[in-house]
Amino acid sequence: MSTITQYVPQAVPPPPSEPGENYLNAAFGLRSWLLTTDHKRIAILYLVTVTLMFFLGGAAATLIRLNLMTPYGELVNADTYNKLFTMHGVLMVWFFLVPVIPVVLGNFFLPMMIGARDLAFPRLNLASWYIFIFGAAFTLWAITVGGVDTGWTFYTPFSSKSSHTNVIPTLTGIVISGFSSIATGLNFVVTVHRMRAPGLTWGRLPLFIWSLYATSIILLLATPVLAMALSLVIIERVFQIGIFDPSLGGDPLLFQHLFWFYSHPAVYIMVLPGMGIVSELITCFARKHIFGYTFVAWASIGIAVLSFLVWAHHMFVAGQAVYSAMIFSILSYAVAVPSAIKVFNWTATLYRGSVSYRAPLLFALGFIGLFTMGGMTGLFLAALGMDMHVHDTYFIIAHFHFIMVGGTVMAYMGGLHYWWPKMTGRMYPEGWSKLAALIIFVGFILTFLPQFVLGYLGMPRRYHTYPPEFQVLNVMSSAGASILAVGYLLPLVYLIWSLGYGEPAGPNPWGATGLEWQTPSPPPTDNFVATPIVTYGPYEYSPLEETELVG
Amino acid sequence: MSERVTQPPTYYAVFAGLIALTVLTVGLSLVDLGEWHTVVGLGIAIAKALLVVLFFMHLLHSDTMTWIAAGTGLFWLGIMLVLTLSDYLTRWVLSY
Amino acid sequence: MSAEHPLLAHHFDDIEQQRGAETLGMWVFLATEVLIFGGLFTGYFVYRSWYPRDFEAVSARLNVLIGAVNTVVLLTSSLTMALSVYAVRTGRQRMLLHGLTLTAVLGTAFLVLKAVEYYADYRDGLVPNTAPFDAPEHQREWAEAQVSPQKVILFLMFYYVMTGLHAVHLTVGIGLMAWLIVRARGGTLSPERYVPVEVCGLYWHFVDVVWIFLLPLLYLTGTHHPADFTHFL
Repeated sequence: MSTITQYVPQAVPPPPSEPGENYLNAAFGLRSWLLTTDHKRIAILYLVTVTLMFFLGGAAATLIRLNLMTPYGELVNADTYNKLFTMHGVLMVWFFLVPVIPVVLGNFFLPMMIGARDLAFPRLNLASWYIFIFGAAFTLWAITVGGVDTGWTFYTPFSSKSSHTNVIPTLTGIVISGFSSIATGLNFVVTVHRMRAPGLTWGRLPLFIWSLYATSIILLLATPVLAMALSLVIIERVFQIGIFDPSLGGDPLLFQHLFWFYSHPAVYIMVLPGMGIVSELITCFARKHIFGYTFVAWASIGIAVLSFLVWAHHMFVAGQAVYSAMIFSILSYAVAVPSAIKVFNWTATLYRGSVSYRAPLLFALGFIGLFTMGGMTGLFLAALGMDMHVHDTYFIIAHFHFIMVGGTVMAYMGGLHYWWPKMTGRMYPEGWSKLAALIIFVGFILTFLPQFVLGYLGMPRRYHTYPPEFQVLNVMSSAGASILAVGYLLPLVYLIWSLGYGEPAGPNPWGATGLEWQTPSPPPTDNFVATPIVTYGPYEYSPLEETELVG
Repeated sequence: MSERVTQPPTYYAVFAGLIALTVLTVGLSLVDLGEWHTVVGLGIAIAKALLVVLFFMHLLHSDTMTWIAAGTGLFWLGIMLVLTLSDYLTRWVLSY
Repeated sequence: MSAEHPLLAHHFDDIEQQRGAETLGMWVFLATEVLIFGGLFTGYFVYRSWYPRDFEAVSARLNVLIGAVNTVVLLTSSLTMALSVYAVRTGRQRMLLHGLTLTAVLGTAFLVLKAVEYYADYRDGLVPNTAPFDAPEHQREWAEAQVSPQKVILFLMFYYVMTGLHAVHLTVGIGLMAWLIVRARGGTLSPERYVPVEVCGLYWHFVDVVWIFLLPLLYLTGTHHPADFTHFL
């Protein structure tokens, strides 16, 4: 296992820290948190914020699933239902899934994993949190004064012309939060390029860093187009010019092109960091070097690039040209390849590994299974004929929830548990965490597997009622959702409990490789005594004598 | 990354080129080029942009990573334009 | 390894790393700006491919003289900006101050001319939902050219949003110049600490490049008549 043996000589040595001094107790008071530039504190600020947004989005989902217990929509009327699924989508996509892993785990651990004291632009990092809060405030305000009923996709001309709900404030909030994403992506890219410790070549980077880097490329290149697309809807709504209104010579599909140019890569923003976490978890809990490091690393970049070439597969039934649809269909098959490569490599890593079934690994295994199912159903959707049949049905909903919830949220939970001792200096209760993983897995399957069937049988999405013959499957799905809710509430309780009563954790409770484990738990403000010099590759779990010095 | 300092004569030469190209593009607008106005105009604009980016923005003497950053934005714009126009330009090719 | 530099931020190891990070950061930011303008350009190209004749007809009515003059103004400001970078890197403090001030002045001149142009557009019936636009003589002109008012409005939206977004960016750039001038006067810009000027310069040149493309795409879509270049207002 690689340990730091050398440090870069510092012209001015950093001030010695008191024993037991870490980033949490270095300063007290609200100002020290709200004006911090420490990437670790900013990560905690984000953690609190996105957790709130997650449970708000979850509350909307709860009402949706409750309403769908009966076929006749007896809980809420159609308009309210439309607002509920819009709120669920908007909050979950932009205020939870897109940011969560980069801004919580990425902010905390990217500098540490590359041996840096902070990100390249710490003040920009803090600004990104404030921008995020500002955007979230706009959107939450829009929800409290009546909500939006356009769906999180804001299709025109309904959103730009006909909807009588609070479209503009919601869009403003999303555009503002987009700038937070861009700032984070910029910070990550520059940090990885310019602030790696000496000896830490690209080929020695942990795969979590590769995935964050790939995610940042998408954040940087896709989000500006979203900002423009949504701004044009705002302009259209105010001035009624006809950019997206067919009766005035515009094309609604132009909005969809610009919107999905962002939103398809956005789903890879959501899943790529999760894949990076899974690579870390699999290697640590199988105590084995990743199988095919180069392939996994480049697969992340490949996913990031290919993700930009497939967006119009969301528009197969919308009226785009047939030739264009065929091109996007072929490219959509291609984008599955690098994801599949990763799944094969994780599996090969587990093979003949020394596996310990701790909670983080349970979440990682859940990711692999559920993401694979979600990804495969994505391939079904890449086929034009199949998509014609199931577009705008529950099949689509099941597909993306398998990836986003079965994938990203699982990976996030795994990473949160894995790095919790490092972040807080406390261990979470192992029994409860395994129970939570199991409950989440079972709840998830029960919630979303029936939805594949429902969609294939023809139940449309975004309807507050349905034909009575679909009730059994809907009730199963709602029951599953209630189990899932318990599964998510459990960690909320025991993780907070562990802050006060959890077993104190040492620097490396898992015996993992990686620079972040070479520091105390919780880490001191400057992360390292001095900039470390790296001489070994990642995941060196073999005994030291068998380890090669990576050239 | 202390790149060499570009000297003023280079800047003046580039500026002269930019003004010349501006005169050219405006002058050509007085000539009847039919459908070619946009292509010619864009071509001249690309030439001007290259002058600004390579010399005023020092890209010519910058490291590879800077070239990649500069090129990536353009390349991605290209993806957006090409694939979006692949829809719009082929919509009525195959009429049912 | 350089000795402790007074302007070295604590999280960087040395001043070279800091410079490298700041410069790369600006280039990466400019890549995102390419895409934000790119969304508008994409929409513009789509509708241009749909309504070429109509777009050309409206474009011919724009004030191409101000457009051309503004182009020269902005190109000159890029020259003064580049010379400012030369000045700071060679320790010529007065030249730096003059260069930055000239750049800001030229940028402001652009905005003033743009405001004049917008006023002229309003007066010539090129601002939708205003009295001159709805005036019968202007409506008749469109009818005679066989251009539907809807297409006119569509083109004008792109014109105002694209030039407006550009003007917003230019305003930010002038703000950056003001900040640099304050710093230059305070003596915190020098050959050892020149990156703020370099980085703001990159931003300024980018704004110039956007305009370089807006000129032919918005103003020079069709054949112009020499008389088009005679009226300023």
